[in-house]
Amino acid sequence: MQLQFTPEELAFRDQVREFLRTSLPALLRSKLEQGAQPSRDEIVAWQRALNARGWAVPHWPVEWGGTRWSAIEHHIFQDELQQWPAPATLPFNVDMVGPVIAAFGSEAQKRHFLPRAANLDDWWCQGFSEPGAGSDLASLRTTATRAGDRYRVRGHKTWTTLAQHADWIFCLVRTNVQVKKQEGISFLLIDMRSKGLSVRPILTIDGAHEINEVLLDEVEVPVENLVGEEGRGWDYAKYLLSRERSGIARVGASKQLVRRIRQLAAATRRGTGTLLEGVAFRERLAILETELKALEITQLRVVAAAARSGGRADPLSSLLKIRGSEIQQGLSELLLEVAGARAARRAPEEADATEWLARTAPRYFNWRKLSIYGGSNEIQRNIIAKAILGL
Amino acid sequence: MDFSLSEEQRQIQEATQRLLTDRYGPEARRKYARQPEGFSREMWAAYAEQGLLGVPFAESLGGLGGGPLEVMLVMEAMGRALALEPYLATVVLGGGLLRRAGNEAQRALIARLTSGVLTLAVATSEPEASGDPCDVGTRAHRVNDSWVLDGAKSLILHGGSADRIIVPARVSGQRTDRHGIALFILDPKASGLALREYPTQDGLRAADLTLAGVRIDDAGVLGAAGEGGEALARVVDEAIAALCAEAVGAMSVLQEMTLEYLKTRQQFGVPIGRFQALQHRAVEMYVVLEQARSMALYAALSAGDEQAGVRRRAVCAAKAHIGRAARHIGQEAIQLHGALGMTLDYSAGEYFRRLTMIDLTLGTHHDHVSELARAGALSEGADQ
Repeated sequence: MQLQFTPEELAFRDQVREFLRTSLPALLRSKLEQGAQPSRDEIVAWQRALNARGWAVPHWPVEWGGTRWSAIEHHIFQDELQQWPAPATLPFNVDMVGPVIAAFGSEAQKRHFLPRAANLDDWWCQGFSEPGAGSDLASLRTTATRAGDRYRVRGHKTWTTLAQHADWIFCLVRTNVQVKKQEGISFLLIDMRSKGLSVRPILTIDGAHEINEVLLDEVEVPVENLVGEEGRGWDYAKYLLSRERSGIARVGASKQLVRRIRQLAAATRRGTGTLLEGVAFRERLAILETELKALEITQLRVVAAAARSGGRADPLSSLLKIRGSEIQQGLSELLLEVAGARAARRAPEEADATEWLARTAPRYFNWRKLSIYGGSNEIQRNIIAKAILGL
Repeated sequence: MDFSLSEEQRQIQEATQRLLTDRYGPEARRKYARQPEGFSREMWAAYAEQGLLGVPFAESLGGLGGGPLEVMLVMEAMGRALALEPYLATVVLGGGLLRRAGNEAQRALIARLTSGVLTLAVATSEPEASGDPCDVGTRAHRVNDSWVLDGAKSLILHGGSADRIIVPARVSGQRTDRHGIALFILDPKASGLALREYPTQDGLRAADLTLAGVRIDDAGVLGAAGEGGEALARVVDEAIAALCAEAVGAMSVLQEMTLEYLKTRQQFGVPIGRFQALQHRAVEMYVVLEQARSMALYAALSAGDEQAGVRRRAVCAAKAHIGRAARHIGQEAIQLHGALGMTLDYSAGEYFRRLTMIDLTLGTHHDHVSELARAGALSEGADQ
């Protein structure tokens, strides 16, 4: 047992760092350090750079661009990108629709969609949640009625992240109302330019436009856009949600933020010294950092276990989600404290808010989402209660 | 990076677990606690027979050649059993000092230790001292060809039953200097030495010590006089890692016991574990436990680090984290057991009391958070 990486693992880490150094624009890096979001074009350019290197979709099957990395190498890659910081690859393409199409799609779907998803030629968004179906996702009511070689889709999706940029949406739709609710659901790929489909922005508490409503009014979808079998959509969704996503705890991102908080607190005057010299502040940082160190080791234990079990779903990833989100929220609060009154002034336009002081309060507001999305922390606790504790 | 146990490590873990499962039920433990020394000499002999007293010592000294990780496996199992024997005092602290600071003749004592005939205690703290093991006010003066010791030590784990007590005393320098500390191996029957033994809140034993003109010659100094601080600091760090592992063992039992209770206790016609309010508290206990387990691993994997700063930061972080975790799990276990959790005869309370004492030993979680904060917290360490 040892915490150190092997020489081979360290060499791999150096390769990743070298790639980051040479391929990610310095301006984008510093923008992310300030806490700003990458633009659509920046995300696209970065994912294409990764794809050209063969690293955009490392955990896909090899024939579709996967890398054969070990679990540890996947971990190192994620951790280095988050710590740099670099933009994440688009999760809807890379972690969600890609693996589902690769596992359950037709040959034609794989050939058409997978290379385009990897290269971000198509921007995907996720059509799961509905106004009446959040944590209780299986009660969704968007229906798809078969008429010849087409489905007619009618319904209302919501909280759809970055739908304003999307070319395609993967949707859970109800194709059978006669059976048990989980068994009547299908997984459908829908072109965002379809007639009858419209996107309405929802502004979040930080004032940003990140999420949307997607309205589907008699949208016609060719039957060849059904993934796998009709009525199996729930299983595919569970497959998607349970896949080991080693970045879920965002430990690397939190490590980067800890460093940043330390730097900024050292440059913040308080009385005759700096904020970083204050005992209360240092203790809060020490406690958060310790929790983060524990989470990092827990994540490595999960990674090591996944390597042994061949990457099967691990209910411990719910633990990573819970603590990972709590730590990030704690750090965003601590950063707000570093900024203090300087965080109050709101930039006239969101686009102007690239400097950290202007980003701090909005990020604190925005990051309340971390314990809500991707299965709220309460749902994660239900999963642990059932799957691990047997309650 | 690798988290799997080697074959030897698995054997140590299994041997300890088997021994303690077979011979350390609640009844047996009560019987052992009533022994004159507060633990079982028979069990101590059994540890020796299984080779467990030799875990961290080199094979040339009759040991198994293990390190902090192997000690972690033993201590975790002892934590599960709430074992009373002086493993930490004798093997980790006392044996650690003999191994690190002793000359050849002194290291020869290790053979007697591993065979179970010699028990040790180390006077790691003083009444007025902080958590820093090098905060030493007890003085040793040179008189003719020997040393004369004056001062006081407190909360010496198993100090009342130890065959020898290792006492750090200052031969030069200021109270908290790392240099100027000598380690003396004292016979508890020496003239001028007064030991007062008492039970601690968890049913273990400790002793306070006063030294009034205790004379000892050079053969009783462990290593070079004045150079003992380094070894003392290292061994205390190893002991903290071992205590963290013991705490994880004890917390695991409390978590399992509480979960079992939630599944079996019926109220309103259902097991109370059906209620979501209680399920989520049970999940939090589990999450806290797994995080603590990670930190105990981190401490064990870092306790052997040659860089003092890295090592100390890691064990401080672990002790701070685990102290808080132990509070949480201990309190929740009592609460979720309801009135039953409050009863003296129910074992949850014994674990709760032991965990509370672990936090008070070798620096509380608050002491360690403060030290970590002063040291600049973890990310200023050399870890990547």
